[in-house]
Amino acid sequence: MKVTGAQALFMALEREGVDVVFGIPGGAILPAYDPLIDSKVRHVLCRHEQGAGHAAEGYAWATGKVGVAMATSGPGGCNLVTPLADAKMDSVPIVAITGQVPTPVVGNDAFQEADITGITMPITKHNFLVKDANELVETIRAAFHIARTGRPGPVLVDIPKDVQLQEITWRWPEEVDLPGYKPTTKGNLKQVREAVKLILASERPVLYVGGGVIKADAAKELYRLAVDGRLPVVTTLMARGAFPDDHELALGMPGMHGCYAAVTAMQKADLLVALGARFDDRVTGQLATFAPEAKVIHVDIDPAEIGKNRAADVPIVGDAKDVIAKLHTELKRRQEELGGPPDRSAWLATLERWKREHPLRYEQPADGPIKPQFAIQRLYEHAKDAIVVSGVGQHQMWASQFWRFSEPRTWINSGGLGTKGFAVPAALGAAAGRPDRRVIAIDGDGCFQMTAQELATSTTEKIPFITAIINNAHLGMVRQWQELFYEERYSQVYLSHEVPDYAKLAEAYGCVGLRAEHPEDVDAVIEKALSITDRSVVIDFRCDPREMVFPMVPAGASNDDIILGPEQIKPTKDPSEAPVA
Amino acid sequence: MNGNGNGRRLHTISVLVEDKPGVLTRVAGLFAARGFNIDSLAVGPTAEPGLSRMTIVVQVDRKPLEQVVKQLNKLINVIKIVELEPGEAVERELMLVKVRAEGETRARVLEICDVFRVRVLDVTHKTLTIEGTGTPEKLQALLELLRDFGIVELARTGRIALARGDVGIRDRGRRLKAVGERGPEWTGGGV
Ligand SMILES: Cc1ncc(C[n+]2csc(CCOP(=O)(O)OP(=O)(O)O)c2C)c(N)n1
Repeated sequence: MKVTGAQALFMALEREGVDVVFGIPGGAILPAYDPLIDSKVRHVLCRHEQGAGHAAEGYAWATGKVGVAMATSGPGGCNLVTPLADAKMDSVPIVAITGQVPTPVVGNDAFQEADITGITMPITKHNFLVKDANELVETIRAAFHIARTGRPGPVLVDIPKDVQLQEITWRWPEEVDLPGYKPTTKGNLKQVREAVKLILASERPVLYVGGGVIKADAAKELYRLAVDGRLPVVTTLMARGAFPDDHELALGMPGMHGCYAAVTAMQKADLLVALGARFDDRVTGQLATFAPEAKVIHVDIDPAEIGKNRAADVPIVGDAKDVIAKLHTELKRRQEELGGPPDRSAWLATLERWKREHPLRYEQPADGPIKPQFAIQRLYEHAKDAIVVSGVGQHQMWASQFWRFSEPRTWINSGGLGTKGFAVPAALGAAAGRPDRRVIAIDGDGCFQMTAQELATSTTEKIPFITAIINNAHLGMVRQWQELFYEERYSQVYLSHEVPDYAKLAEAYGCVGLRAEHPEDVDAVIEKALSITDRSVVIDFRCDPREMVFPMVPAGASNDDIILGPEQIKPTKDPSEAPVA
Repeated sequence: MNGNGNGRRLHTISVLVEDKPGVLTRVAGLFAARGFNIDSLAVGPTAEPGLSRMTIVVQVDRKPLEQVVKQLNKLINVIKIVELEPGEAVERELMLVKVRAEGETRARVLEICDVFRVRVLDVTHKTLTIEGTGTPEKLQALLELLRDFGIVELARTGRIALARGDVGIRDRGRRLKAVGERGPEWTGGGV
């Protein structure tokens, strides 16, 4: 069958199981937008390519499938740079398809030309420039294969306009042949046995669970390992939902704004079992003083993560699902021989005590202002089964702390790159991928204004979700650092509670705009929002700008020096006296 | 990062890559992004069509070298990487040098060429252009001597190297192990 490159592109996308792409057309991608009309693939017309890219990420996070974004050459591709870098840092499988100027003028500074493969080389897992349509289909096939296998990540395929128009014979390659790409997925059994020996010998073990467990769909395996081995679990910012927060073995989130029990359990552990986690600086704090007594079992599909920040006593390269299942089988077998797991009741009791003595805390005064944590906690009480998406800043940390996750793929955020503006478009993508679930973006007022235009997309494409703006009138996280580390010298962090009028802005985008100004409004507003299912809703929670995120381990400090609350910062000063702007 | 017993020295790594557009940029970019200076880099085709070999010399500690090699291995177009230990590899470099050689100095330059068994490729009234091949150490020694006469121009290919013995790169075991790793527990390129 003779087809054009553009037709072949969509036939290939259909074969890859793509049901939706997020994009914006333009000159160099025009030929591809024509066969789109006749394709089964749904196109969601975004308002900004950054939005399309984050939507593809949100879709991938929520569904586990590859998200797809499309853009034109030059400015279109350049606007995808942030989402691609974001997806690289957080190992999110997306494929970006960009138009390029025709091959004869590539390199000529033609209109809307940008060397997008050059630009995105360090922020993609791989990228391709397709110079001949005869290679297009196998390139698309390779792109999806690379994006979703091994350590997932973003792949960009740049297709010059003439290649989209070139006529070729359709052929679907059954195999992908990439001689330089053979990820190790099966964990080595000898190493698994070594690991189990360490687990059985340890008195104070902690399972340090990272995003790889979610990516590998290994939550079930993790649950069995933790429960049968009586092993306490911390879930990093990337892994929230991999293990139920309400379980007695759950310690919550570790790291810079982690729970005392999670942070301190790692510090005092004699064994860390890192599962799809990468000893990121936001988790370890000062590396030299991190978990000083712990031996390390490090399970990761990426060999480069093993030994990168912390030496591993037992490294195991492989897919988390495979390795955790093997660890579980071997541990169970050995425990049966030994008559049960070792007695670690003292350790478990200590952890229980830490959880009890140092819970997350805040105070909501009855007469206001609304505390951000209160708004988030009330949202959780009303919508426990929602998929939560967050922006970057204080609200992200509070959302991660105060939401009680019970399932994987219900928490979506920008962890590695920390991309403000992630939430609204990622929520759009998540809602497109999971129409059966309620999606709630918990966003900052600063973040929201970076990508709010995708609310228009949500309305016109009928992809509803709720955005809860934790409106503290500030770039709150930056303000917090200035308060703590720059002697309260506030520099360029004041936004405004009123500008823009978020409820009006929502209405202008065709959404419902709601506002809560007092603690007693909060429940009613949330109930109202949840009663609306045919349109997106934006809630403007007017929150206390002075609230800070605790616990906190200051950047570069040791996790031993965790600060539990404002009283530890300025014991002589009333925190409510801190200036607002 | 400091020595941890391994010391900062020159390492020669041999990288088998697919001959695809941009592969040199990907490899060089990775070194730059991780903050390494490449001492020399030589690329050329191999006996297998579609494959090229890069010989890269870097001055770096053992641990960061391991990290960069692991990152390199993740590049889709990289097929195999081995480190070539100095004693276990043959290493050569080619250099072309145009040196001032007028009047009586000409005889002395030619004498040096003779001792080093290198050839003269071009002669003018004022200069000699010399082709030197050999180990990087030999070329360095030659260059030191020629420097006294005045070097007009110099071009060097960078080091190329092959492991001694009867096996090729494809059949060699992985040389670089993860810190704390006890054996070849993992193989396979790409992630
Ligand atoms: C694109 C981008 N620019 C700047 C930053 C730096 N930054 C981190 S948090 C933050 C403030 C976020 O403010 P807001 O969205 O209101 O959330 P809050 O911290 O108040 O909850 C800024 C500016 C960033 N992470 N991303």
